Amino acid sequence: MKSIRIGTGQGYWGDRLDAPLALVDRGRVQYICFDYLAELTMSILQKQKERDPSKGYAHDFVTLCRQILPRVRKQGIRLIASAGGVNPRGCAEAIAQVARGHGLTVKIATVEGDNILDRLDSLAAQGYALKNMDDGSGIGAIRDRITSANVYLGVAPVIEALRGGADIVITGRNTDTSLFLAPMIHEFGWRMDELDKLACGICIGHVIECGAQVTGGNYTGGWDRVPDLARVGWPIAEVSEDGSAVITKPDGTGGLVEAGTVKEELLYEIGDPGNYITPDVVADFRPVRIEDAGPDRVKLWGAKGRPAPDTLKVSISYRNGYRAFADLGFSWPRALEKAKLAAKILAERFRIVGLQAEEVLFDYIGYNSLHGPLAEFPGHDPQEVRLRVGIRTRTAEEARKLGPEVPCLVTCGPPQGGGYSARATPQEILEYWPALIPAAAIRPEVHFVEVR
Amino acid sequence: MMRRVPLVTIAHARSGDKGNSCNIGLIARKPEHYPVLVEQVTAERVRDHFRGWVHGNVVRYEMPNIHSLNFLLEDALGGGATASLRADNQGKTMGGALLRLLVELPE
Repeated sequence: MKSIRIGTGQGYWGDRLDAPLALVDRGRVQYICFDYLAELTMSILQKQKERDPSKGYAHDFVTLCRQILPRVRKQGIRLIASAGGVNPRGCAEAIAQVARGHGLTVKIATVEGDNILDRLDSLAAQGYALKNMDDGSGIGAIRDRITSANVYLGVAPVIEALRGGADIVITGRNTDTSLFLAPMIHEFGWRMDELDKLACGICIGHVIECGAQVTGGNYTGGWDRVPDLARVGWPIAEVSEDGSAVITKPDGTGGLVEAGTVKEELLYEIGDPGNYITPDVVADFRPVRIEDAGPDRVKLWGAKGRPAPDTLKVSISYRNGYRAFADLGFSWPRALEKAKLAAKILAERFRIVGLQAEEVLFDYIGYNSLHGPLAEFPGHDPQEVRLRVGIRTRTAEEARKLGPEVPCLVTCGPPQGGGYSARATPQEILEYWPALIPAAAIRPEVHFVEVR
Repeated sequence: MMRRVPLVTIAHARSGDKGNSCNIGLIARKPEHYPVLVEQVTAERVRDHFRGWVHGNVVRYEMPNIHSLNFLLEDALGGGATASLRADNQGKTMGGALLRLLVELPE
């Protein structure tokens, strides 16, 4: 039975940059897929493009290609990356420059058509309401604050790019799983009505797309026995044409792949496991089987598929106020009592300076900042506790009122307070607006750039 | 005779965000512990456990093949990753919070 090896190069923008090196050198992979775009990354990239029209893509991918492209081309490894952000062609041009610099030939494809920011008004005129799919509210309330709007594209344009001979495929807002499913369909010739196979491909993509989270990172099931996480290997799926796969990692890397790591990642950031919706297939993960198959090898198979809906998901981001944070440490004795007194003083100061905040949150690092009211305070008097305060405001001006109040607590507050860090610079809040649009309204486009 | 133990003794968990919702995958360390999870770690108990920290509904999904439950906790993260004032704005540590829950095991 035919099989291919697909590796994950990056699980998100900012992932460890040397991660793909072991995949290239020792992974024996034919494809490496890179997922760069979290839900709100697009609006950050949109901002960069507004400042400089040649930007707006994940530059990490270019940095990486500078390092790996000669070896990647020599071995004939194909790269599929959602690095294009809001400027896939700009990203392709930067990669082409890298190839020219190395004297390499390469065919690069870009996938576009996901970005509907400039089409919002014409789509509205055509009757596409883009209501918030969580609460049903109309888009009018946020229309003038929208910073990005992208449709999650499926596998079709990526397959088209591979069929066209692309060595590197650069997409904008494609679903994470479509990047991984495309090479399977391309290599095995799966039809789009072979829904169980497509669902298996989605399941495999879902399990490896977050990089080291399936090879021993963030592993509750046995974190204290995972070896050498400083050199953890990024995952490889050895996919067979029947849709089954073995999840593994490059030889000689750190980390651990066992049934437990794969189970945790299968459950990561999903809702109803019987209804994992993608533009390509609706996958049912409940029949999935996961079994150990040797050291750092886990077999994964059995997902079932149903037809995809005729709508696509739209990811819209919009500006929604500001937030600012600060924190300050207090030492033994009676550290928590001191921190609580400092919070009381700060709350009173906010009244005195007339802070207009939509929300103020005080919590105590070392006690309850992660679990709130679920936290149990240790029975002894702890060595230290940090007061942490966050505020959310409508304007940047209001948010700036936090900064000056915190250093003064050292001299005007309880004793043994020190080491304050006031990230007083207000951060603009970008919120996420999910919506649906009929698939027929969206036309993905594939373009090629060749460096000879 | 029964003994009470925290869930961490018989299960592991991973959590993350979806907007302002949080999901927690809860996995039995041994297959024989899965029925304990199904029987005792109900959606109602999880909602009570997170009272004051999770404000919305809790939905539970069963995955007997991998001896796991998935919990979807709504209105759980103080506004979602980019708007929340919480230290754990992405719900990464919520799995740890669930593992404190006490379950009863036969001696």
